[in-house]
Amino acid sequence: MCLAIPAKIVERDGADALVEMSGVRQRIRMDLLPAAIVGDYVLLHAGFAIALMNEEEAQETLDLLREIDVLSS
Amino acid sequence: MFSPLERQWLLEEMGEGPPSRYMEVCGTHTVAIARSGLKKVLPPTVRLISGPGCPVCVTDQQDIDTAIALAHEKGVLLATFGDMARVPGTNGSLAQAKAEGADVRILYSPFEALRLANENPGREAVFLSVGFETTAPLIAAVVKEAARLERRNLSFLILHKLLPPVMKALLGDLPAMAGSDPSLPATRGRPSLDGFLMPGHVCAILGVEPFRFLGERYRLPGVVAGFEADDILLALWMLQRQRRQGRAEMEIAYRRAVREEGNRTAQHLMEEVFQPVEACWRGIGTVPHSGLALRQAYSAYDARIRFPLQVEPAPDPPGCACGEVLRGLLSPPQCPLFGRACTPQSPVGPCMVSSEGSCAASYRYERICR
Repeated sequence: MCLAIPAKIVERDGADALVEMSGVRQRIRMDLLPAAIVGDYVLLHAGFAIALMNEEEAQETLDLLREIDVLSS
Repeated sequence: MFSPLERQWLLEEMGEGPPSRYMEVCGTHTVAIARSGLKKVLPPTVRLISGPGCPVCVTDQQDIDTAIALAHEKGVLLATFGDMARVPGTNGSLAQAKAEGADVRILYSPFEALRLANENPGREAVFLSVGFETTAPLIAAVVKEAARLERRNLSFLILHKLLPPVMKALLGDLPAMAGSDPSLPATRGRPSLDGFLMPGHVCAILGVEPFRFLGERYRLPGVVAGFEADDILLALWMLQRQRRQGRAEMEIAYRRAVREEGNRTAQHLMEEVFQPVEACWRGIGTVPHSGLALRQAYSAYDARIRFPLQVEPAPDPPGCACGEVLRGLLSPPQCPLFGRACTPQSPVGPCMVSSEGSCAASYRYERICR
């Protein structure tokens, strides 16, 4: 039930957006992420964007881990 | 995300940590863990226990009976999420009600309920809504839109549940539940836990603040996890690291989707449309402030007010240990019905119906063929 998948916004239109995931396009609702813009990656749950994806922060977590890995080995 | 060497390093490090039992609260995690075969590669020091995070599984039988009764009301068109259709009530499921002539529709997005109401002006559309904090703000948005469009023939049967209150209840000493089978090995008490694999998408909405009580009050660490096998591996490693360092904090291993503060817009929407109420969880019992109801301003859209149906309380099916499984007291194969009287083809309890139920996940992916 809490499944959500990443999708890229390709069009914004009021409370709606057109998103693309693996080549498939779908119209979704943006009520929970009104400030998201074209080009943003969002998490899609039951036809609604629920969170903005942030790959940079994710990378930082991994880099930190790799640092620990290197230091301890 | 990780190279095979990095994975091996994480697993070895975890193995050197203290023996630990972690609860994955979220049903989507339960499926991800079972499907990936992660339990087979985890060191023996790390054990995973499923929790109450499958919304279909924790829906009380009386509420299912109410939904079925509603579906049989004249002129009603009942729409819901796919997983709800097969859950057995006292007399059959919504799928059976549909076979008997009730108009039951499965929707992917709750927003489609507005279209359904619009296309059927002479009928009463009811959306049966389940789910945790990931789903509740969507429904809040749909309710607001229904009010804005003055869609008079649409109402909502709200069965939403909230995770922080039920986690508090799990950690307190819950009394034995009415209807639970005394012959089962564990019917009371609380699960013995050393930390929580936190639900990634609930935290994407709520943030981590509402869960800090786990560390502050119970000295239990929590790490918010994503849904790939590597996400879960990273989160478990972080849990083990906290235990080794004697910390009990809320950390995020799913930074690409979860921020400390969560999604404020979603939180405000929920707050505006819903108020917390006491809710009955299947197998767990009544937990204060653990459910949602529409606020007074939106009561015109409340199906319970529009259709005041009287439905009797319903006992759980005899022998079914869903309650104990949902509270982390029993693993699915410890239920006497598991794989015998209860299978995904003919489920007795909801934990075997929902694809996210720990019994269904265990049956599909972890059952040892005899």
